[in-house]
Amino acid sequence: MEHSPPPFFRRGPAPLVRLIFFASLSIALLVLDARFKYAETLRGLFALAAYPLQQVATAPVQFAGRIAGFFAAQSSLHRENAELRAKLVESAQDAKRYEATAAELAQLRRINGAQERLGLKSTPVEVLYSGRDPFSRKLLVDKGSADGITPGQAVIDDAGVVGQVTRVHPRVSEVTLLTDKDQAIPVQVVRNGLRAVAFGSGAPGALELRFMAANAEIQNGDRLVTSGIDGTYPAGLPVATVVRIERDAVAAFARILCQPAGGDEKNRYLLALQNETKLPEYPVDAAKPESKAKGVKGKRRKDAPNA
Amino acid sequence: MLAERPQYILLPVRIGTIVISFAVALLLNFLPWKDVSLVPDFVALTLTFWCVRQPRLVGLGVGWLLGLLMDTGNGVLLGQHALAYSLLAFSAIGLSRRILWFPWTLQAMHVALLLIGAKAVEVFVRLAAGAPFPGWTLLVGPLIGALLWPAVSFLLLAPQRRPVEVDETRPI
Repeated sequence: MEHSPPPFFRRGPAPLVRLIFFASLSIALLVLDARFKYAETLRGLFALAAYPLQQVATAPVQFAGRIAGFFAAQSSLHRENAELRAKLVESAQDAKRYEATAAELAQLRRINGAQERLGLKSTPVEVLYSGRDPFSRKLLVDKGSADGITPGQAVIDDAGVVGQVTRVHPRVSEVTLLTDKDQAIPVQVVRNGLRAVAFGSGAPGALELRFMAANAEIQNGDRLVTSGIDGTYPAGLPVATVVRIERDAVAAFARILCQPAGGDEKNRYLLALQNETKLPEYPVDAAKPESKAKGVKGKRRKDAPNA
Repeated sequence: MLAERPQYILLPVRIGTIVISFAVALLLNFLPWKDVSLVPDFVALTLTFWCVRQPRLVGLGVGWLLGLLMDTGNGVLLGQHALAYSLLAFSAIGLSRRILWFPWTLQAMHVALLLIGAKAVEVFVRLAAGAPFPGWTLLVGPLIGALLWPAVSFLLLAPQRRPVEVDETRPI
């Protein structure tokens, strides 16, 4: 005679078995995500589920901002209006000059047979929140692949480069800030054209120029702009200002700290830029076998969004 | 000690209460906080509560799914929170038989250990993936979470409490 236990005692697998099951599932996911980047479809699915919550969570803050804006004092609005007007007049002159210079430059480039730079397409985005992760520096913004955002786009504010779009979901996307530890951006010193790569330091408000020789010609107050040679960031966007240089006779490299130009995390509205510059094909070395050259090319493309 | 505290007979929990409490916790976690290392992980706290109170309804599976939601919402490694929440749920279920017999302060201390353990798993995963150590302020979040434990318990139990005043027309 067989007895099955009453339903109260039926509790499924033991907790330890469940723990081992879920823990190994998590670890498998972690390895897939960290090593092979295979987990993106699953991530997309969960992103869709989290989207309404994200929207609801940011709604009260936006609502409060709108209320605060409504009650802003008349005088401050007047003052701001006047300031903006003055700025507009100033920048109108600059814009006129820029137009003339750009036309001249385009003509010169045409004469020299150089590649013409195309205009930049841009999408305004609004910051939803900064990622709840003390290890990296990321922002989530309210536009995604449905609005034409693609991974690798540069994100700027009114003062300079803020970061780069690193992951795109249908309705939201992630922007990695320049100050993230794993983020690098190719720069050029405005004063003398010296090229370098600026790395994030992981701390807010600090970038670092690594691998610069101890006697590199760089000084405090030098302005750094994007060099544009990577094909990802458009050239000439302000990136940072050098604030401190430590030249040590022992170390081979100088330690150069910079202050980012973009308002790191202050701005609500940012601009995602699409760089349309066509780079020439990556040169394939004829001496190398075909398969190896292909491998190099593929690797380069994969690294491009982080370059 | 137990005799001093009035014991209420609670109504059976409704699934809706659990779902709504998790939704609110996720919402609190997704709020645009200024400094995330000081903010307690509300989802972990709510998960601990339900694993302690309703170990048969809420367990490792729920924790794992919530962890995946947190991972995607914050754009971190997929599986990081899932692993931490699975372990948290396991330890909370293990503790569920005795933690409720302690006074509030001791309960909060137990919860502090659980939350710090979950945070330690997250930190361990990130360090293994090559991130730098972000500093000891990380511990502040779980400690504040533990301080919130009595308040969270009161709030989440409120829908199950019977009215205290005696009603003549009610049979029990």
